[in-house]
Amino acid sequence: MATVGRVTTNAIEISGLVKEFGRFRALDGLDLTVRTGEVHGFLGPNGSGKSTTIRVLLGLLRATAGEARLLGGDPWRDATSLHRRLAYVPGDVNLWPQLTGGEVIDLLGRLRGDLDPTRRAELLERFELDPTKRARTYSKGNRQKVALVAALASSAELLVLDEPTSGLDPLMEEVFQECIREIRAEGRTVLLSSHILAEVEALCDRVSIIRSGRTVQVGTLDDLRQLTRTTVIARTARPTEGLDELPGLGSLEHHDGRVRFDVDPEHLGEAMAVLGRAGITSLVSHPPTLEELFLREYGDRVERHPEATP
Amino acid sequence: MTRFVGTGTLVRLILRRDRRRLPIWWFAQVGLVAVSAISVQGLYDTPQARATYAATVGTSGASIAMSGPAVALDTIGGITVFEVTSTAMIGVALMALFLALRHTRTDEEAGRTELLRAGVMGRQADLLATGLVVGAACLAVGFGVTLSFLAAGLPTSGSLLYGVSVASVGLSFTGVGLVAAQVTEHARGAVGIGLAVLGVAFLLRAIGDVAENALTWASPIGWAQATNAFGDERWWPALLPLLLGVGLAVLAGWLTTQRDIGSGLVAPRPGPPAASRWLAGPVGLAARLQRTALVGWAAGMVVLGAAFGSLGEDVQGMIEGNPELEKVFTQSSGGASIVDAYFGTVLMIAALIATGFTVSSVTRLRSEETSLRVEPLLATPLGRVRWASSSLVTTLLGTVVVLAATGLGTGLAYAAVARDAGQVWFLTGATLAYLPAALVLGAVGVALFGWAPRAGGLVWAALAVCVVIGWLGEVLQLPDAVVRLSPYDRTPQVPLTGLDWTPLLVLTAVAVALTAAGFAGLRRRDLATG
Repeated sequence: MATVGRVTTNAIEISGLVKEFGRFRALDGLDLTVRTGEVHGFLGPNGSGKSTTIRVLLGLLRATAGEARLLGGDPWRDATSLHRRLAYVPGDVNLWPQLTGGEVIDLLGRLRGDLDPTRRAELLERFELDPTKRARTYSKGNRQKVALVAALASSAELLVLDEPTSGLDPLMEEVFQECIREIRAEGRTVLLSSHILAEVEALCDRVSIIRSGRTVQVGTLDDLRQLTRTTVIARTARPTEGLDELPGLGSLEHHDGRVRFDVDPEHLGEAMAVLGRAGITSLVSHPPTLEELFLREYGDRVERHPEATP
Repeated sequence: MTRFVGTGTLVRLILRRDRRRLPIWWFAQVGLVAVSAISVQGLYDTPQARATYAATVGTSGASIAMSGPAVALDTIGGITVFEVTSTAMIGVALMALFLALRHTRTDEEAGRTELLRAGVMGRQADLLATGLVVGAACLAVGFGVTLSFLAAGLPTSGSLLYGVSVASVGLSFTGVGLVAAQVTEHARGAVGIGLAVLGVAFLLRAIGDVAENALTWASPIGWAQATNAFGDERWWPALLPLLLGVGLAVLAGWLTTQRDIGSGLVAPRPGPPAASRWLAGPVGLAARLQRTALVGWAAGMVVLGAAFGSLGEDVQGMIEGNPELEKVFTQSSGGASIVDAYFGTVLMIAALIATGFTVSSVTRLRSEETSLRVEPLLATPLGRVRWASSSLVTTLLGTVVVLAATGLGTGLAYAAVARDAGQVWFLTGATLAYLPAALVLGAVGVALFGWAPRAGGLVWAALAVCVVIGWLGEVLQLPDAVVRLSPYDRTPQVPLTGLDWTPLLVLTAVAVALTAAGFAGLRRRDLATG
């Protein structure tokens, strides 16, 4: 217990985490570092181990091997004392059918001991949630709102959110993003597991991308973009010469005097020089979107970029 | 008739989904009826035995309230009907209700009906298909009752008529189920309505039969019993429940046109917007979650206890006139008075039934876990052992309440018939002596939950073993070593024997040890991930 209150700069530190269910290896040496005060995106396809990682962090599952530290403590041994300082929104929100949404929010708040009634009322309003309905009558989105209101109404220093908006409509998604920005402004930490890349792009300071129980990418979105190719679309006065011989350049297409290609950051200058010699008349270049990053990471090309792992 | 398009396909779907459920209902009901029908034959094979039965059981208000009018009790057929009829009538009504609701409101609530109706399916095809399958199931049960009566060697015409009567009650309650399905948005509410109708129907005929007035004719069960199988048999009253069932089904069909899919005729009421101060922690939550079940169990056990207790006076006369029965009872009682032997036996049976609450309450731990409802709780400062033990506090207190209700029902009823108020406290206390035994069963469930959560259902098997030992141990002549395995056998059978505290303390210690072992397992294992 002595380590629990220790001042730490990382809210979550996981290294080499392994979790086996019988013969199935759900986590295979996963690393994850979440700095205090940041919103950290946790990305990965279904079944990649995001929820398993979160359950280990919550002390619901016991790690097979590896290190996991949560708020400076041991997530398994110190579970109850650590849980005073965090709030959790599960991916699948299952509620007691006979309880109303308001009752569930109060129950979870009272168990944690930090429910702020003003904030509760404000959040109910913002999420347009009717607290008098029985949980059995809520849709998936509304059940998620119940869990969100319960978590956001707390003053916990760490929020662990497992795909919290998968059932929300775009308006509610906007409300959610506002709430997370407010929480970051207060200096609190958020671990946000998500499928919605636009949400991650909008909210997260850093992201970790995992696949098959391993971390494959970590960094700020800018860092990650550095690791992947920029798309360039240009029109030139004369035909370009020698683009296809440049290293680090792919997906080259010529079309009606227009040229389109992807290029590694370190060869971008050379490519520009080639285009310059041909006389650029128009130029569009955009960094990879998170979608592209994501697809690249899980597409066939991932095998060709093992060096991308930092 | 476009509104019935697709009925054939739906009938096949229902049969496919219930290919196990339907045979289980049939075998359970017909099996129960057959076993009691056949066992009755040997006990009342002489005119004197039957005359004693008619003069004692047949004139007891409690028996008539349970079993209906005393018809033809001088024949073995009449006695058989009297013995099996509450089981048969209530069984077939429950089957009809549950099956009818399962394929209507439950499906609608889950959104399956919407999926089907978006295809080529008539608006009332699901009602018709459900009515056809459940109606056929009721007829099959009735036929099974006839077969088991014939197997027991009873006359053909009475057996046929009684089977038809049983089936007709099922048909009425098929209709009740179909109408109840239209009323509420949720299947739970519809089940409640159906059970309430069954309760009222049973009560009306009970009062009518005891008071010998027209109230009997206000109940479909009363109509079915008015066929007087094995007496002056008449067939026309069996038509009435059938007509009621068809009428209710037509009403249900009309009601579907008065509402939208997914909604009920009655809109659900809003609940409290905030938690009361009782719902502040894990104990409050467990109490809230189990409140309804506990009230149901307690009420049911009061009624069952009252049924047992009210027979306390009759049992003496009933057994004294029947050497067969007397032999059975004095064998097990070792020379004690018949009334003491009777209560010693029935209190143990009642306690075994009451333990059903304990076991279902303990197995909730696992269902809370696998439904992932426990996840958000355990993500708060609530530890898993505190969560489990809070739920078990409710189990413990609930078991005390259910056992006390059993004893109170027995005691009140017996005190009333025996005009001896002291029996209330005596029989309540005697029933509570089974608390340690019930807790051992619950603790077996906790141990399984901690160490073999996937095998948690085995605790029901453990209870079933205790039931077999307690109920049939002597009939099956089980070896002593097996009989002594049951904690119920270890419990002193007050008032048959004196109260000995030693076994009770030992059983309590076993329960505590098993619970502690379960907690140790829970502390170190992974929780279910869905």
